Amino acid sequence: MSDVVICLFAAAGYDRAAQGVAGAGRRLADALGVRLRAITVGAHSELNLRIAAAADTVISVDQSELIEYQPELYLDALTQLTRDYVPRVLLLSNDTYSQELAPRLAHRLGGTAVGDAIELSAQAGTIRVKRNVYGGKAVATIDIKRSPAVVWLRARAFEPVAGGSYTLATVRQITLSLPASPATQIIERKSEATGETKLEDARIIVSGGRGLGGPKPFAELREIAALIGGQIAASSAPCDAGWCSPSLQVGQTGKKVAPDLYLAVAIRGTSQHLVGISDSKVIAAINIDPDAPIFKYCRFGIVEDYRQVFPLLKEKLAALQS
Amino acid sequence: MKIIVCLKQITDPEISTSDFRIDPEKLEVVRGNAELVTNIFCENALETALQLRERSGGSITVLSFGGESAEDTLRKALAMKADEAMLVINDGPPHPDPLTVAQVLARAIRKIGNYDLIMVGRESGDWGTGQTGGLLAEELNLPCINFVDQIEKRGTGLLVKRQTGEGWEKFNAHPPLVLTITNSELNVPRIPKKRDLLAAARQFVTRWSFDDLGVNAEKINHGESYYELVELKTAEHIPTCDFVSGKTLDEKVEEFARRIVEVTRAL
Repeated sequence: MSDVVICLFAAAGYDRAAQGVAGAGRRLADALGVRLRAITVGAHSELNLRIAAAADTVISVDQSELIEYQPELYLDALTQLTRDYVPRVLLLSNDTYSQELAPRLAHRLGGTAVGDAIELSAQAGTIRVKRNVYGGKAVATIDIKRSPAVVWLRARAFEPVAGGSYTLATVRQITLSLPASPATQIIERKSEATGETKLEDARIIVSGGRGLGGPKPFAELREIAALIGGQIAASSAPCDAGWCSPSLQVGQTGKKVAPDLYLAVAIRGTSQHLVGISDSKVIAAINIDPDAPIFKYCRFGIVEDYRQVFPLLKEKLAALQS
Repeated sequence: MKIIVCLKQITDPEISTSDFRIDPEKLEVVRGNAELVTNIFCENALETALQLRERSGGSITVLSFGGESAEDTLRKALAMKADEAMLVINDGPPHPDPLTVAQVLARAIRKIGNYDLIMVGRESGDWGTGQTGGLLAEELNLPCINFVDQIEKRGTGLLVKRQTGEGWEKFNAHPPLVLTITNSELNVPRIPKKRDLLAAARQFVTRWSFDDLGVNAEKINHGESYYELVELKTAEHIPTCDFVSGKTLDEKVEEFARRIVEVTRAL
């Protein structure tokens, strides 16, 4: 009763986001003096093993219908698995699937959902969540007073579980009875990840904005990223214009990244973009406009036209790296 | 195919950070001279609906829950050629919690009736809770697909494409269902013609009060019994940008490259 429950989907493995969810769950359970229960959906033995070191109990459902995500089936499964435990708090990551399921799961459990949490704490009788609002211009603090609090976390903003002092929990496999023909069915899936690290987990990101002016400069952006072992990304404008894949979008409605270096090229820095990069350790920018808001968030910057900078930068990075 | 598109009017989220103020007592953003606009993802939803109607026929009802000014959002939607418009006047607190919003919209949607598709924006540019679609689906006992950017009619069903963090997914789906819409290069909202804006100003907008929908206003005022906004602050940051210096472009880029390598080497 009244445990903290974390829900993880096996497809992503024990990535930085899963580690953040586990860390947030562990600390909250300890603060509340309750147990941490983990639910994993889909098959991933390493995830179960790793999560067993952080949680007090692990329930794994890996039956064939749940190997690949289907919204109605996953929702049904999570409802069945949490309905009887009456969790106090249910934590998910901020991936597509978690965001899709969290409000509906909260509704089915008679609880309250809050999303994109950047901070989480237990106050007297309530769960307190901080989240960005108004495209990152403001931070709201919300108290959830009805259990379960179903919170999807900006998972990479949360530290993983500290140390290894927890005993290994046993993993209990459960098989559920699920509807045979859900009302929606995913029939085709394409992942544009090209074997690279997920953007959310990337340590170096070189990102392009509206100022690039078209799809061609993305090739050069990629060259620069390759020189420093990074990946490319974009603000919303190039994605909306079709200059690059929407899966590269970073910001309020794109990915929330947390690299060690975020190099913003020809990105002005709207608050909607900044909210997606605010967990970066170092932000640097190339922009022709010294008043571009991005510079207010930068550790260092250069006020020049990227067209002039790129050829020299490639040359110098190559020289410095050799 | 009968489509209901939910539209939210918000304070323009593109207002510059320097003009952005918060009233710490009311826990509200001070509107100042910011415009009221239709939430962009709601307009993407309407555009997606309009294109679906152009290809496959049907009708589009636009629905908004908000203050008197939300009528402007509905009239713009009529100018974009939605077929009919419904406004639920908010008699309660100005920023109701996500569940209250979904419950009020669900009542209105049931009153409209005979729907095949309910379309909402993926999230709003103000509070951005991203919950309306999912909660509406539960209130109406319908399936839901989030982050959709393309819909095609296929026989009696629909082929629905949505964006994911890694790429995309295609669904077979059967109406009635709820879709939350995200932006793509295909659903950039059309600009209504001046002539259509003038015509829309004279069109009929149905208005419903909480009483008309059988919504218990008192219950809504108690939304904060489970979801309470306790603080609202502007996001803080300390500006510390070093602009690289140098007499020539070459020197500046040299310095910039050196700073980059300093960070990447530390990894």
